[in-house]
Amino acid sequence: MSGYNFAYLDEGTKRMIRRALLKAVAVPGFQVPFGSREMPLPYGWGTGGIQVTAAVIGPDDTLKVIDQGADDTTNAVSIRRFFARVAPGLRTTESTAEATVIQTRHRIPETPLREGQVMVYQVPQPEPLFRLEPRRAETRRLHALADYGLMQVKLYEDIARHGRVASSYDHPVMVGERYLMSPSPIPSFDNPKMHMSPALQLFGAGRERRLYAVPPYTAVRSLDFEDHPFVPLRANGRCTLCGSGESYLDEVVTDDRGGRMFVCSDTDYCGTRQAAMKEAAE
Amino acid sequence: MYVAVKGGETAIANAHAWLDEARRGDPSVPELTTDQVAGQLTLAVDRAMSEGSLYDPGLGALAVKQARGDGIEAAFLLRAYRTTLPRFAASLPVDTGAMAVRRRVSATYKDLPGGQVLGPTFDYTHRLLDFALAAEGYAPARSEEAEPGEDAAFPRVTGLLAGEGLMAPEVASDEEPADVTRTPTTYPATRALRLQRLARGDEGFLLGMAYSTQRGYGNSHPFVGELRQGSVAVSIVPEELGFPIEIGEIEVTECEMVNQFKGSRSEPPQFTRGYGLTFGRLERRAMSMALVDRALRAEELGEDATAPAQNEEFVLNHSDNIEATGFLEHLKLPHYVDFQSELESVRAMRAQVEAERAAAPQAFKEAAE
Repeated sequence: MSGYNFAYLDEGTKRMIRRALLKAVAVPGFQVPFGSREMPLPYGWGTGGIQVTAAVIGPDDTLKVIDQGADDTTNAVSIRRFFARVAPGLRTTESTAEATVIQTRHRIPETPLREGQVMVYQVPQPEPLFRLEPRRAETRRLHALADYGLMQVKLYEDIARHGRVASSYDHPVMVGERYLMSPSPIPSFDNPKMHMSPALQLFGAGRERRLYAVPPYTAVRSLDFEDHPFVPLRANGRCTLCGSGESYLDEVVTDDRGGRMFVCSDTDYCGTRQAAMKEAAE
Repeated sequence: MYVAVKGGETAIANAHAWLDEARRGDPSVPELTTDQVAGQLTLAVDRAMSEGSLYDPGLGALAVKQARGDGIEAAFLLRAYRTTLPRFAASLPVDTGAMAVRRRVSATYKDLPGGQVLGPTFDYTHRLLDFALAAEGYAPARSEEAEPGEDAAFPRVTGLLAGEGLMAPEVASDEEPADVTRTPTTYPATRALRLQRLARGDEGFLLGMAYSTQRGYGNSHPFVGELRQGSVAVSIVPEELGFPIEIGEIEVTECEMVNQFKGSRSEPPQFTRGYGLTFGRLERRAMSMALVDRALRAEELGEDATAPAQNEEFVLNHSDNIEATGFLEHLKLPHYVDFQSELESVRAMRAQVEAERAAAPQAFKEAAE
């Protein structure tokens, strides 16, 4: 598309974002304020992730965009198409293995990430404490003091009331044993994938104007208690299409009489497995 | 049997084509031109420009047309365009004292230097649907009174009060204010930053917040010291010239609210100011902004800050309708991954409760009785 700089943002803005990202990488889990720009997509639809992707991507990169684990959800299609329009030369892919930059909303791919890959998370609410303390001036102080008692008490109350931690997604994590961080609304099933990941993980919250990062090989611990260890949750079933018993499953209602089936939420993972099964059968 | 709820490229393209068709409406009716929008739906354009933070009536009209008349969508279009524009200069402060006034009213003085100028206002109209306007070939009334001459002087009401020492002085500062469109707001914010955020805030939100201060949520005894509307010159100082040049005129509405202040340990009782300024002719907006500005000064003036309108983080973080609408409407995006984990979580919790119930049926029975 003519009239726009490569990847939409002007170079000055990209530099500003990259500087903030460098700071974020240097202080893992710390929320860095940045001059978030108005984007042609609405807030809440991934403006933070789009700005991060725009700032780090180059014409030699291969971009994958997923939403709910899938490459073909409307918002993923829309964002991928946006970059295809404004970043001439950029390759897009649906394959996790081929991608150099993966922008995601709500999932981490099943296929293990490797060194050199960049995960870009879309973050609606970067402040993990916001439900417990809405004043950001105050949460800033709590982070500075590493005072996370509020969150521990909340988890304790969950256990006392429900017998287990009631947060099933966006379960808070400690990064490098220093900062409490929102992993973005990924299911808690995905939390362990963040721990010691060889990929660089970047987080962008456009509306809230914050960036943060988890550098490669950083300890990411899901908050829990010794006697109530963190348990990632997944539907107890197998994917109807590829038979996987390990992947995160979406439940699909098939009729109005309680009929349902499970399919992989990660379309690339599921498709690859189906192709392999087909090949093996032939 | 697997009915995908996922849509692809084709679905999006078709939806956009349909939207375009719906926007155009009945093709047997002539299409609306942007000139018509700019000339006849001026207040809609003014609002889109204000909330979009971009003064350009032509683009504002295009945005209103493209957004099918939806104000927030129109403002969003303008903002997304604005963000791609280079910032080549910061203007000098506009001098609203030198405004070419079309309308100027004060509620605090019956008459004052320069006089009361009603101008084109809805005030005092009877809100009766004018069916003549629905017919074609309607000839508008011609206004008799000439607009006030350019040399008419309109000294500020707040200036008159200040002359008597009754108006708390505003501290002038030559410091270049931060730009809310470029730097994230941190709290506590400066007043300049607050006013910037209010200036682009949602009119409905500002109105509701302002109204709440009138109904007892936050102490306020406001008077419209002055409301003025008209055009002001915008000047910049290009670096290579070193002196100011005028680059154009914009139409603005300014409101100065006068509020009583009981005084504090260091300040005598006096009046304080709430300030509102907006593009175009949006009086309700300017007045709301002025009330909210004053409410947000509670802490600075040593008043109890207990009401929502006095809570800076609450007001500023929730006033932006582009942010709010985006985040609210994103709920339409698929959330089935998170919902799935919620389902599993609720099922697990229920299983636990049922297991406990099965283990101790007597206790539950007793509790039920």
